Amino acid sequence: MRSAREALTASRRAPLLSALGVVTIAFSLFAFGLFGLVAINIRKALDQVEERVEVRAFVSDSTDIESVAAAMKDIGEFPEVLRVDYVSKEKALERARKEMGEFADVFEAGVLPASIEVHLRPGMRSPTSVRSVADRMKTYSFIDDVRYGEEWVEKLYRLRNIATVAGIALGVAFAAVAIIIIGATIRMTVLARAKEISIMRLVGATDMFIRLPFLIDGLVKGVLGGLLALVFVWVANRVVNEYFMETIFFDRQLVFLGVVGGAVMGVLGSLVSVGRHLRRI
Amino acid sequence: MIRLTDVAKEYPRSGVALAQISFEVKKGEFVYLTGPSGSGKTTILKLLYLDDKPSRGEVWVNGVSSKTATGREISRLRRRLGIVFQDFRLLEDRTAEANVRFALEVTGAPKATIRAKVARVLTQVGLAAKATSFPPELSGGEQQRVAIARALINDPFVLIADEPTGNLDERATRGVFQLLRDINSSGTAVIMATHDLDLVRRSNYRTIELNHGRVVFDSAESPASARPFEEPWEVRETPPDSTEGI
Repeated sequence: MRSAREALTASRRAPLLSALGVVTIAFSLFAFGLFGLVAINIRKALDQVEERVEVRAFVSDSTDIESVAAAMKDIGEFPEVLRVDYVSKEKALERARKEMGEFADVFEAGVLPASIEVHLRPGMRSPTSVRSVADRMKTYSFIDDVRYGEEWVEKLYRLRNIATVAGIALGVAFAAVAIIIIGATIRMTVLARAKEISIMRLVGATDMFIRLPFLIDGLVKGVLGGLLALVFVWVANRVVNEYFMETIFFDRQLVFLGVVGGAVMGVLGSLVSVGRHLRRI
Repeated sequence: MIRLTDVAKEYPRSGVALAQISFEVKKGEFVYLTGPSGSGKTTILKLLYLDDKPSRGEVWVNGVSSKTATGREISRLRRRLGIVFQDFRLLEDRTAEANVRFALEVTGAPKATIRAKVARVLTQVGLAAKATSFPPELSGGEQQRVAIARALINDPFVLIADEPTGNLDERATRGVFQLLRDINSSGTAVIMATHDLDLVRRSNYRTIELNHGRVVFDSAESPASARPFEEPWEVRETPPDSTEGI
């Protein structure tokens, strides 16, 4: 209680410094938040493309429907498989005509074979698992050919890996910048009160007694900075949505995590800054 | 009450600051610590309020040993010490009264007693009328009185003063010195570092003189005629080392 009051009094004594602290924390978290927003949107786009990864097995013309149904049941039980569909000759033709538009009339009935179309579960769309599913499907005698766009799947997988590595590297860099800026901001507050701290020590205040108001100050600044950053990111997201492209925003969990992250950084920054100062005197 | 036994202090860069320092200060005693700049006065005072630890030997202050003291013990000890500096060390954005009150508040003293105690010590140092003034509005002597009031607020058993008159003119020096004598006559020990020889000569208190980090004279052990005051400190051969103010 006393520490909270002390933290409040200190902020009142130097309102500009406190406001500057909150805004600096907000902007550094804003930069990190914007990066996060870009990252989750790229991820979503990649997920959407990945949903199109499918394995198609062409069925011989003479195959009876029961054998196909039995095979489909088997395939549906593969751990990697999300969904199995049967595409009849007629449906294949209809789909081809729709997709080819003005060249629709080049297809005649009976040209395209029937097929079994397999969609894979998220996380099971790597080239290895796709190949493995395709190989197992090839073992059925009535399957003429299995296709899954091997090259495309490999490219997509590489792209995803690059995005993940770049995301982690940039994320760490942005987080490090945010931590350094927040640390420096809090250090400024501590330095502004260096004399006060030295006098407190001389008259016999305990280290915890000295530290606590700074921790509360750091916590409050972290939370306020986090909330302000959230507002900035939300506005930025709205603007992009309005004028450029449809994007998704952080879900509740990520929002909560962001604000808690701000608070933790505030507290850690204070702890380190005051700790260094207490040792130096 | 205070005992230093064969104390030495060495700093990695500036070398030996103190060597073979042994003396005792009894309850209610008034002791001058004199010597040229860099002779180790400030270092000894720092060891007394445990802001630093000796490299060798042991410092005992009111039952707390420099060898074993924990952070909490040091904090508790400092509540029973009054410390005064040449540069006053007041918070300039707070009134005289708030500066004194601060020392009580940070030790978690009960709120009800604070106001009366602060008024009492401000009256004791002759500043009751200036309680609401801010340090920049006060003269040097008045600022030092505020610092002394702050040092007295916790009823210390010893007042440690590091050149308390170093920044004051002669008149203010006399006033502050008289105040320290009054404090001492009410039972509080005073250990005062000073290089003001006139001040030391004018009074008959115990004097410990340091030079190059060693005790060269202690009036409690040698006859008064042995005082080496005739030699002016300013012209001593060895330049002052850099241990002051570390």
